[in-house]
Amino acid sequence: MRGIAKEYFGNRVLKGVNLRVGPGEILSIVGENGAGKSTLMNILFGMPVIHNTGGFEGEILFDGAPISIRSPQQAVELGIGMVHQEFMLLPGFSITENIKLNRELTRPNLLSRLCGPKLEHLDMPAMRSDSRASLDRMGMSIDEMLPVAGLPVGHMQFVEIARELDKKKTRLLVLDEPTAVLTESEAQVLLNAMRSLAAQGISLIFITHRLDEVVQVSDGITVLRDGEQVADLSPRETSVGHLAELMVGRKLEAVGCDGCAPSPRTDQVLLRLEHLEVDMPGEMVKDLSLEVFQGEILGLGGLAGHGKVGVANGVMGMYPARGIMAIEGTPLPLGHTLEALRSGLAFVSEDRRGVGLLLEESIEMNVAAPAMQSQEKFLRKVGPRGFQFSIMDRRAMRRHAERFIEELDIRCTGPEQIVRRLSGGNQQKVCIAKALTLEPRILFVSEPTRGIDVGAKKIVLDLLVRLNREHGVTVVVTSSELAELRSICDRIAIVCEGRLEGILPPDASDRDFGLLMAGEKSHRGRDAEGPSHLSGSCGQGSGQGSKEESPCS
Amino acid sequence: MTTPQQDHLGSSGDPRKRFDVMEALRRNVVPLLFTVLCVVGAYYSGLTLPFLINEIIVRMARNSFLVISLIIPILAGMGLNFGIVLGAMAGQFAFIATANWEIGGFVGLILTVILSIPLAILFGWLTGKLFNNSKGKEMITGIILGFFANGVYQFICLYILGNFIPIRVASMLIPGGIGLRNTIDLKQIHYALDNIWKISISFGSGVPVTIPVVTLLVIVALCVGMVLLFKTKLGQDFRAVGQNRHIAEVAGIPVDRVRVLAIIFSTVLAALGQIIFLQNLGNMNTYGSHVQVGTFAVAAILIGGASVSKATIGQALMGILLFHTLFIVSPLAGKNLLGNVQVGEFFRVFVAYGVIGVALALHAWQGVRRKKGGA
Amino acid sequence: MLLNALPSPEGGESFGDRLGAAVRDFGIPRIIILGFLGVLLATAVSLRLPMGQLFGNILTRFGMNGILVLAMIPSIQSGTGPNFALPLGVTCGIVASTLSIELDLRGFTAFFFAVGVAIPLGAISGYLYGVFQNKVKGQELTVGTYFGFSVVSLMCIFWTVVPYKSPEMIWPYGGSGLRVTITLTNRFAQVLDGFMSFKIGTMTVPTGLLLFFGMFCALLALFLRSKTGVAMMMVGSNPRYAESAGLNVDKYRIIGSVVSQALGAVGIIVYAQSFGFIQLYLAPLFMAFFAVASVLIGGASLRRATVWHVLIGTFLFQAILVVSMPVANKVVADNLAEVIRIIVSNGIILYALTRKEAGVDVR
Repeated sequence: MRGIAKEYFGNRVLKGVNLRVGPGEILSIVGENGAGKSTLMNILFGMPVIHNTGGFEGEILFDGAPISIRSPQQAVELGIGMVHQEFMLLPGFSITENIKLNRELTRPNLLSRLCGPKLEHLDMPAMRSDSRASLDRMGMSIDEMLPVAGLPVGHMQFVEIARELDKKKTRLLVLDEPTAVLTESEAQVLLNAMRSLAAQGISLIFITHRLDEVVQVSDGITVLRDGEQVADLSPRETSVGHLAELMVGRKLEAVGCDGCAPSPRTDQVLLRLEHLEVDMPGEMVKDLSLEVFQGEILGLGGLAGHGKVGVANGVMGMYPARGIMAIEGTPLPLGHTLEALRSGLAFVSEDRRGVGLLLEESIEMNVAAPAMQSQEKFLRKVGPRGFQFSIMDRRAMRRHAERFIEELDIRCTGPEQIVRRLSGGNQQKVCIAKALTLEPRILFVSEPTRGIDVGAKKIVLDLLVRLNREHGVTVVVTSSELAELRSICDRIAIVCEGRLEGILPPDASDRDFGLLMAGEKSHRGRDAEGPSHLSGSCGQGSGQGSKEESPCS
Repeated sequence: MTTPQQDHLGSSGDPRKRFDVMEALRRNVVPLLFTVLCVVGAYYSGLTLPFLINEIIVRMARNSFLVISLIIPILAGMGLNFGIVLGAMAGQFAFIATANWEIGGFVGLILTVILSIPLAILFGWLTGKLFNNSKGKEMITGIILGFFANGVYQFICLYILGNFIPIRVASMLIPGGIGLRNTIDLKQIHYALDNIWKISISFGSGVPVTIPVVTLLVIVALCVGMVLLFKTKLGQDFRAVGQNRHIAEVAGIPVDRVRVLAIIFSTVLAALGQIIFLQNLGNMNTYGSHVQVGTFAVAAILIGGASVSKATIGQALMGILLFHTLFIVSPLAGKNLLGNVQVGEFFRVFVAYGVIGVALALHAWQGVRRKKGGA
Repeated sequence: MLLNALPSPEGGESFGDRLGAAVRDFGIPRIIILGFLGVLLATAVSLRLPMGQLFGNILTRFGMNGILVLAMIPSIQSGTGPNFALPLGVTCGIVASTLSIELDLRGFTAFFFAVGVAIPLGAISGYLYGVFQNKVKGQELTVGTYFGFSVVSLMCIFWTVVPYKSPEMIWPYGGSGLRVTITLTNRFAQVLDGFMSFKIGTMTVPTGLLLFFGMFCALLALFLRSKTGVAMMMVGSNPRYAESAGLNVDKYRIIGSVVSQALGAVGIIVYAQSFGFIQLYLAPLFMAFFAVASVLIGGASLRRATVWHVLIGTFLFQAILVVSMPVANKVVADNLAEVIRIIVSNGIILYALTRKEAGVDVR
């Protein structure tokens, strides 16, 4: 692939990427979330989402000849197979039936000659032997007639790969985060299978976050960052730490205030979390302890799926959580959203449309409703003395909404406009307005600028800083974009594998951030030696890879 | 659910065998419960065994197609197809035609079948398209569609037939000339299938048991056909779509088309089923014969142990046996036990509705638990 | 909808665009129904039918069915869809009415006694059903339908064995159980209809009935604007949003069920007093469907309903029924009204079921 570039609605997601894979080689692609890996693979696989949004620039050459891939079926025809992150297996079917899904081998019969090929008889013995062959190629001895439903996750992954191999023409196999759900031993088995496939002449593109696997198994490594190709190395030239540093990198434009008011941060602990566990599917928190200081802006960063998003959700009771939480020393039960709200916590969810908004309701309703429920605001009494009851105070709601529309510059036709019609950025502002209406002491904001165009991003981040500086609100920002955390936070905590990996100041080196995010300090599988305890005082500069200390500023 | 080890500590006998029995009991609790009900009801009804057996054979013969027609949509993930009512209507329209042209006997029956099929395909296609537009709500859509179609059917029978579409046979029309009578006599086609070959078996004194062999053979052919169908590519597609629409789609299966096909199959079978039903009955309640078809067939298959997402032929047949036995014995059992025939009749209606309600509730509850239980 | 989101080059939506959007939102079937009503009215006038009497009838049927349709709002707003299990509340109302007869009450006393018993009865059954309904999330419509059917058929058994003694209710020549239809002529028939009613020309306005209905409309409207009502709306519109605001989703769904069944219980009593008869046994079987259709015709969707929808929808639906009968009698034949009712009501429900509603997880 040469000079690949792609734009989504004016957002440059890929800026001239070059890839090269030879036959029987394994190329690894690493990068943070949003670096462009999925988009690159979507282009390679001819996914409709690419063509429906304006195509791409650059060219793709297969066996030296330029080709144009316009659909997944075409990609399969050329011999490109893809194993996605989420399993595409039907649990009620056997392994053979899954491998052969929609490519079953059939024999014609009387009825099919009359009514069409769909009525052809399934040729089970032939299907079985084909599946057996594919499984054997990977060194799997499992019975091909077992139902998929009871298989361990590692085996399911193998069935997925076997399916791609069974498409006889497959010469290039793309594996998207295959080891994300595997245990260490299962991952090793997979890596061995990959090597064996490469030895048989199949080329592999391996997309992963697991840097040590990359170093283990690749012939070539490409690092992507913000849509750019930052490096193109062979494993001999690099190490895990080096890769981590390349992945993180520093953004040139600094958003946020260098010259504005000093942080109102004190040394008082406002919120303390101990041994927090959160059952959020995909973002599990396993054992996290953290202190949030009064008046600071704390960032929560880390790779996707490692639990940073789970923290705020657990604290606010959106998902089942266990552990200890205390506000200004007073313990608060976890999992009770109402209690959390009444204790001065507020939350802007990462799932704007799913959790944050009533899409069919007006701006004023969206902003006022939670405060109405948990703080009895926006109600007025009607009825004769003695028979009074409260109903919602539309006029107060409207005035309140108008105030926020002006203050946050929400582009809309008025407070009565249905929220669904607003742009992403403005919807986000409504969510923030909703949280601010609760007049919280601590504001948790998750992914504040996701899906928002560049101009609105700055406004939202500026708003958070202003909130902190002018109103003294403690802010906890969770974000996948390290750059924005570095631009506005006083401290940044990195969450890895559901645990606190470390806390760094925003000006710590790229390498340190990279290492923390890759989990090099407490390697997966080994027990973490307890959460790093954080105190106000600190050592010098950024950590040099040691496990206990937690630098801060 | 207890593990085998926990189940029978220190008991003699093979624990795994015991476990299988418990498991079998648990999975088949509904048919077992109803078997008990039927036996109790049969005892109290005072009916003789040969009479009961005769009735059961008759009802099984004439209802099997209707109940089995539900299997394909269940396996294709569309739940209980209450829209088979439209298939029944197709069959009835065909009967109206042959009765109007006064063609009787076996020839008339075959003609009815041939006429009903294209009509049933059309109805099935429309129903399938409707279901594709209400994914996730197919069952309630089917229920309402049944009522809606019934309204249109009544409109046609009351105002179009005899009016814009002339009916020759005067006895079919309401006095006044427009609209069909409440009952249409199908004397000429009565037993056209059943009587081709009948075997009588005597159990000593009392009524001999008669078996309509050809009808049963046709039903056996249907069962064999169904088994074969699910060994073809199309059958595999049905099952794939029934398990997970999204995955099937990604694999390249034309999900929408497969779903429509499933409903077309179901509707055609229902049409044929209604024809078999009516040829046994001998007359057609123009405005009523088809109305309860959906409810009774669904109740029967559920009683047999099927669920909203899984059904087998065995369960269908078992269900017909149990449901109709209950149907036969309830009124008399009610009279003998509680002194009131009506109670028995209401009881069997309650059973039909209640069984469906319980099955739907269970299905929904399992869905909720599955979502909570995690990926 | 994409058309609405992007501004047109002139900087504003043209009138044509807005008209198109309004038509799409309103729905083709509703326009068909409006048109159909228009045609019927025109035909009626041209046939010189007694329009005053017709309008009086429309008003009466409007008031008579109104509260049953109001019962749809709490269940729709709280996210459980239209209340297909309405026969449960209806049954409570019928039990209350028969009780008032058994206790030999008459007139307004009988009526208000029945209402007074029906409300708590309906509320309790609504609570129990609400608890059950929370376990079957996602299939409320189908489960509700068959639950309703089961309740009605179970009650049939009840009516056959209930030990009532009132001669107006039991079969005259022995035999157990109550009659299918019980006359209310000496009990509380027309107590509301006749209260302060007046005539304008040939049209009789059933003032009491309309006042009673209006009162319930106002009460429900106030409830929907109360803190609880807003909470219910939040739960129905987006349960996760409601959770994030600290609300207990299950609790408000139960509240919706309680209010809905209670309204159903009151509604059937109002219906019976206007109709002049209490109908037992299988009569309530399909009552839910007509109420559902009415609210949908008025513009409601499966997830959102307001009092205005009830008023408009009930009026339109009843108007069609009232006007179509005499028109059909003159033009074609009788019985047409019944068929039209079936086609129209089920047709609108089918339409609502097939609409893709934004933000709904179709699963």
